[in-house]
Amino acid sequence: MRKKTIPVRKVSENRGQKRKVNRKKAWSVTKITLATVVAAFFAILFLTPIILTITNSFMSSSEISANYGSVFATNSSGGKVYISEKVNLKFIPDMVSFSQYITVLFKSPEYLLKFWNSVILVGPIVVFQLIVATLASYGFARYRGRIREIIFFAYIILMLMPYQVTLVPNYLVSDWLNLLDTNWAIWLPGIFSPFAVFLLTKFMRRIPTSVIEAAQIDGAGEWQIYRRICMPLCKGAVCSAAILVFIDYWNMVEQPLILLTDAEKHPLSVFLSKINAGEIGLAFAVATIYMVPSLLIFLYGEEYLVDGITYQGGIKG
Amino acid sequence: MRTAKQSGEYKVSRKQKTGEVPARKHIRTTKRTRKLKVSSGAFIAPSFLGVLVFFILPFLVVIYYSLVDSPISGNFVFLDNFKNIIGNSAFQKAVRNTALFSVVSVPLAVVLSLLLAIVLEAKLPFRSQFRTFFLSPLMVPVASIVLIWQVLFHYNGAVNDILGNFGIAKIDWLKSDYALVVTVILFLWKNLGYNMILFMAALASIPKDILEVARLESATPFQTFFYIKIRYLSSTLLFVTIMSLISSFKIFREVYLLTGDYPVDTVYTLQHFMNNKFKNLDYQMLSAAAILMSLVMIVIIGILFIAENHFGKDVEG
Repeated sequence: MRKKTIPVRKVSENRGQKRKVNRKKAWSVTKITLATVVAAFFAILFLTPIILTITNSFMSSSEISANYGSVFATNSSGGKVYISEKVNLKFIPDMVSFSQYITVLFKSPEYLLKFWNSVILVGPIVVFQLIVATLASYGFARYRGRIREIIFFAYIILMLMPYQVTLVPNYLVSDWLNLLDTNWAIWLPGIFSPFAVFLLTKFMRRIPTSVIEAAQIDGAGEWQIYRRICMPLCKGAVCSAAILVFIDYWNMVEQPLILLTDAEKHPLSVFLSKINAGEIGLAFAVATIYMVPSLLIFLYGEEYLVDGITYQGGIKG
Repeated sequence: MRTAKQSGEYKVSRKQKTGEVPARKHIRTTKRTRKLKVSSGAFIAPSFLGVLVFFILPFLVVIYYSLVDSPISGNFVFLDNFKNIIGNSAFQKAVRNTALFSVVSVPLAVVLSLLLAIVLEAKLPFRSQFRTFFLSPLMVPVASIVLIWQVLFHYNGAVNDILGNFGIAKIDWLKSDYALVVTVILFLWKNLGYNMILFMAALASIPKDILEVARLESATPFQTFFYIKIRYLSSTLLFVTIMSLISSFKIFREVYLLTGDYPVDTVYTLQHFMNNKFKNLDYQMLSAAAILMSLVMIVIIGILFIAENHFGKDVEG
């Protein structure tokens, strides 16, 4: 994207200068090679776990048990018993088999049920958080008074608070409203989470006032300005926010662990950690299935994701 | 920044207008502003009500709980709960571990992601692919990846195998003090991409002419980096540090998924402490811990704002 502007330089007859140019060229070549090596090194480190999970999901259950049995055996008993059995990490399965997927998808419904739990928990949060947030951020961007600035500042602080702080109030409210152990306990705090408001407000404040004034002169009311002008202009930002909110909640572990005591309602993210020796033959397929929605969204919306992160940079302004 | 200026100019011009026109018009303008205030405020209402009910009001109750001996009798004991919790050995351990984790992982996260951003700034082959690779861990749910992580870092796992080739004795990564190392690696794996994007955006926004001047004045790349780029990056540097710090408080998720409810001592984090208190419904301890945590966060966020004001002026002024 960024182009280095290299002024056209006439290679002079002077030998010394020529050598200097050559040295510069050599330096830039080594620089790029070095950078490529570093980038490739990190890329391999970053991708290995993902690729391994996916390739291992194509092993048959017996192959998994044979290779990794000892890992999860010690895990489930919790003791420090080391089975001397070796763990064979394999990049490519001996035989490609879809048996894991077939079992997960058709034979044991509990995984699909947990996957569905995840969808049911995350979907409404993403949709309604964005609806609430686009409205609120229009309000914040349209007019900047002192009270509004204070409220917005409170939103920023709330957004930055770690779960250790926000979960306690959330728990109390859910307890009072008798929502504990229902999906509402996760949905409601999620829907009103200030993150998307923050992101979208930052974006909407960039819309020139002249655009809005022009609409006003044409007789548009607030709702029409919001609906017909702001929303179409903010499509990209809304996508960015949706992706960021989705990752955050698709990944959630803390909230269901505390707010949903009934393990039946737990999303797949929590359930995956409880997979024990008996089920590891399926675990990789389940993990891959869980990864697929976010990877698809990533491939489709990488640019939105990057934009979203960039808007976030610099909390103020 | 720019929008603030624009709206400022906008206000000034309106004032001038109202100064020129007769008083009646003046009233109409303020009426219009009031109408704007109310009608755009209505857009904020749903979000603000939600935030009020689910975050702010219960947080006030949390403050109350942290000051009384029990929610039922409600005798004020002021700072006793705080004294109790600070004296609590489990809490001390949790704080120490969380702090240690942050101290180790945050500088690493900042430096490595800056390195990645600089590497990607060079004209690499496959530059956008590399960016995708570095970002992909951000999208992959941690739950999907912990399985392979367990296989890699098992006592008989692949990492020990590789290290064994260099004559390093086997380490029981997940069940000894080295669990901290594993969580740091997992944290970096997950968060570097996010920070990298922020740095890339900041690097791209450095004015080209300044770099050009530096080049013409035959500044070495190191000089350009330390005297120019770092100055322009300072506010992003700060933001990234704070964001990494905040996400380092959320490391519980990774630890929980890797090692379950009862991890080894070095990775017993604040969230573990909170979870145990949730199980016992120990409201006083929970509230006091949440208040302490939020105080720490407010101090950190305050530093962010003050420093951003300071550095922002430094570069732009």
